[in-house]
Amino acid sequence: MTEFWLIIFMAGGLTYMIRLSFIALHGRWQAPVWFVRALRFVPPAVLSAIILPELLVADGQVFLSPFNPRLLAGVAAILIAWRSRNVFVTIAGGMLLLYLFQFLLG
Amino acid sequence: MSAWPVLGYLAVPAIKLQIEDCRALKRTQLLKGIQYTLPLLIGIAPFGMIYGVLAIKAGFPAGAAQAMSAIVFAGSSQFMIVNLVAGGSPWPVVVLTAVVVNLRHALYSASLAPYLKHLPASWKAVLAYVLVDEAYAVGIHHYEKNGLAGHPHWFLLGSGLAVWICWQASTALGIFLGAQIPAGWSLDFTLALTFIAIVVPALRERPLLVSAVTAGVTAVAAHALPYKLGLILAALAGIAAGLWSDRQ
Repeated sequence: MTEFWLIIFMAGGLTYMIRLSFIALHGRWQAPVWFVRALRFVPPAVLSAIILPELLVADGQVFLSPFNPRLLAGVAAILIAWRSRNVFVTIAGGMLLLYLFQFLLG
Repeated sequence: MSAWPVLGYLAVPAIKLQIEDCRALKRTQLLKGIQYTLPLLIGIAPFGMIYGVLAIKAGFPAGAAQAMSAIVFAGSSQFMIVNLVAGGSPWPVVVLTAVVVNLRHALYSASLAPYLKHLPASWKAVLAYVLVDEAYAVGIHHYEKNGLAGHPHWFLLGSGLAVWICWQASTALGIFLGAQIPAGWSLDFTLALTFIAIVVPALRERPLLVSAVTAGVTAVAAHALPYKLGLILAALAGIAAGLWSDRQ
């Protein structure tokens, strides 16, 4: 019970500090160049590190197969996202395809 | 008698008019910020609902699940927190993972900082609080187009406010519906889909693609590490690969 709140306040406080960081320190502190360069890769690296296991790992096992509905729907969603660049279309399309593949693959 | 009091009487209404003008402009900017953010709420509302549902399923008390939306106020990391808690990860791992997921906000902070430098500390504090993906995207576009003319911080505040209200309301709805949504609906898959929708269109340059692929493959290869530590390892590998590719 207390652990829930500990997590919420720690994660919330640190997230807020991240958001405030450069806004508050502007003009007073210059971040090192390597740090600013590395920051650019944070969103693609972190988000991909979350996405791929969601598609490829099922019940603790790598499930690289044409019979994996999450993998098929995920790959389709990647193509939809690339073409449409639309968040809503990608989510709705991906979910519909997941249901379709789950239905077809039993 | 000097003429000054007369001039004073003339000047007062003019100043008053100016202040009212300014207020109207700020209100217009606030409403415009809300208006420009409305289309994005279509994506946020279901996301917030699903978060609420998953938080209850992971064992969070309703009050804590709602409080997290107000205190952390970052959808993707809230999903990760709920996911890790459900899987029994110890709290330091959960907090560290949330920080890694939200580190991208430092990028938003850095890119907005020059536009906000003239504002008082209280404004900076409030705007940092509402600096989520959607508000940033709408806000930075406005700043890049209009510069500092016409109180753009009210626009950014309006955008953040719209996201905030939508996020709290949809979380509450998800918590309320929590128990009624069956697991067979695979709603957790929306997490991967949302991230695909965010990251894929952004991979227009080779180093970014290299970074994403390296991180993804590392995460799958390291999936068996305890407490999803593979995620942190993969993020570091992806950042390193991106920097390396950038130098080529």
